[in-house]
Amino acid sequence: MAFLKRYLLPRIVQYLVVIFIGGTLIFIIPRLMPVDPVQQTLERITIQGAFLDPRAIEQIREALLELYGLKGSLTEQYITMWRRLLRGDFGPSYVQFPTPVMTLIRISLPWTVGLLVTTTVLSWIVGNILGGIAAYYSTRRWAQLMENIAMLIRPIPYYIIALALLLLLAYALPVFPVTGGFSIGRRFVLSWDLIVDILKHAFLPALSLVIVGIATWFMTMRLLVSNLLAEDYIVYAQIAGVQDGEILYNYAIRNAMLPQITGLTLSLGQIFGGALITETVFSYPGLGTLLYSSINTGDYNLMMGITLLSVVAIATGVLLMDLIYPFLDPRIRYE
Amino acid sequence: MLKAVKALFQRDRRFLFGFIVIAVLFVGAVLAGFSPHDPRLWNVVPRDLPPSSKYWLGTNSMGQDVFWQALWAIRNSLVMGAIAVISSRIIAVAVGLLAGYRGGLMDRLLMTVTDSFVILPLLPILILITSIFKSRLSVTSLGIVLGIFGWAWDARVIRSQVLSLREREFTYTAVLSGMSTGKIIFREYMPYIFPLITATAMNNMLWAMGMEVTLAVLGLVSLEIPTLGTMIHWAVNSQAMLLGFWWWILTPVVLCVFIFLALYLLSLSINEFLDPRIRVQRLQGIKG
Repeated sequence: MAFLKRYLLPRIVQYLVVIFIGGTLIFIIPRLMPVDPVQQTLERITIQGAFLDPRAIEQIREALLELYGLKGSLTEQYITMWRRLLRGDFGPSYVQFPTPVMTLIRISLPWTVGLLVTTTVLSWIVGNILGGIAAYYSTRRWAQLMENIAMLIRPIPYYIIALALLLLLAYALPVFPVTGGFSIGRRFVLSWDLIVDILKHAFLPALSLVIVGIATWFMTMRLLVSNLLAEDYIVYAQIAGVQDGEILYNYAIRNAMLPQITGLTLSLGQIFGGALITETVFSYPGLGTLLYSSINTGDYNLMMGITLLSVVAIATGVLLMDLIYPFLDPRIRYE
Repeated sequence: MLKAVKALFQRDRRFLFGFIVIAVLFVGAVLAGFSPHDPRLWNVVPRDLPPSSKYWLGTNSMGQDVFWQALWAIRNSLVMGAIAVISSRIIAVAVGLLAGYRGGLMDRLLMTVTDSFVILPLLPILILITSIFKSRLSVTSLGIVLGIFGWAWDARVIRSQVLSLREREFTYTAVLSGMSTGKIIFREYMPYIFPLITATAMNNMLWAMGMEVTLAVLGLVSLEIPTLGTMIHWAVNSQAMLLGFWWWILTPVVLCVFIFLALYLLSLSINEFLDPRIRVQRLQGIKG
């Protein structure tokens, strides 16, 4: 019970606070907008040339207020927003009216999740193993070479790497298709061909993500392990003649894993924001592209929906992580 | 402080590289003030010329001199980054000191908020903000917006330092001899906290400038202000690569690579300098 109160309760409170702050920010930000979205939409309708009598305009205004969740006082609007959210209803998209935002998200989500879960997990595993090894043998030339390469890639904005890959492997040497998630006009009948087609289209975006991902995980893991190597128990193990491989995997990497697992959850949670840049550069039909098009068309409901979803997803991910953490780290269990 | 910088120069080539790159770019940013053209104007020079002795880095399809445009971009990006860093440092130091020194309920409250900001996915939220204010965002206001969101992790770092300082003997001595809280913090703690502020500032600058590039590439900042991000945006959107105007796209990209690499190396080397454990290991590594 004491464990529950001391460990679990603060984390659940934290979870609720994150969602509360996220939701409140997303509520406030659009209301700081200097232009009135209802007025804007009305102007768009009247500019298109239709003559409407004042009563019709008034009716449209009412409907729009309701639709945008702008009806009543600020407090009422705020409560309405939370009530809608708890039902998982982000309202209709302004642009693709009246498709609910939720439906649009549901169509794009599998693409993003498929691409990002694979690349995140893959680069996490490879980056951690390489980082651990490079830290352990940090005096060897190949380890220093790996470090230098990772150090070079790590700070470069992801956008530039993606762009370079696209130029190199799609325009200069046309090995992979330039854009899209599948060949145009392909029907979605489950077949070997379809799978190959999807994989081929996903390869370049995946490659760019994996390169950057490996470099990032590599650098953090190398730092973690090289810090651990100075610990007394490792030095003792070395003096006692425990084999290098065993020290590396069972003593160093295992201990360095804990913060890395937290990092993995955080980056898996980020997925729901969509790999915005990846998907825009490679025109991949996922959440990021959806978010990008919502930016361009000014579809605030959709934008808010995706943002909120990513807040909830990342907070849930962190909470889940906190719940399994005691199983991974015995120190928390026995404290 | 000066001694530390000197030691870094001698010991660490990465620091030297980072420092030189940033210094050169800083000079470039100052020189931007002598630009013969207003960077916002179009068609001040002939279009699409390759680099020559007259136009060092060529001209772009909007009739702007890429060289001067680039200097302006560096200047604006650096100023934006600096504003973001300063404003986020103010929040981070205030929150970190208050939470760490006061402790108790204040600490728990502030840390809950801080942790929330660590967890919150900032990119979508920043996109929401910038897409609403788009062209109204000046270099200053974009810097402040990035500052408001970029403080959380550093506040945590500062807090944990203050937490450990508070338990040290000299704090008790100071309190018992009647030193005021303000004096304790600024006289006694600042020398410990200041290196942390510098080290986190580098990372924060990296983050802020990277975010600016991302937002600008998506077309979410005021596009007539030349920054590294907007330069890339214009070049990409005008199909500079397909048309073969390599000088136009390559200039901001190469500049970006240099700036980001330099800042990253600076932060790595300062961090190592501050963490004696890593420093010892490096020395061993050099020997071995």
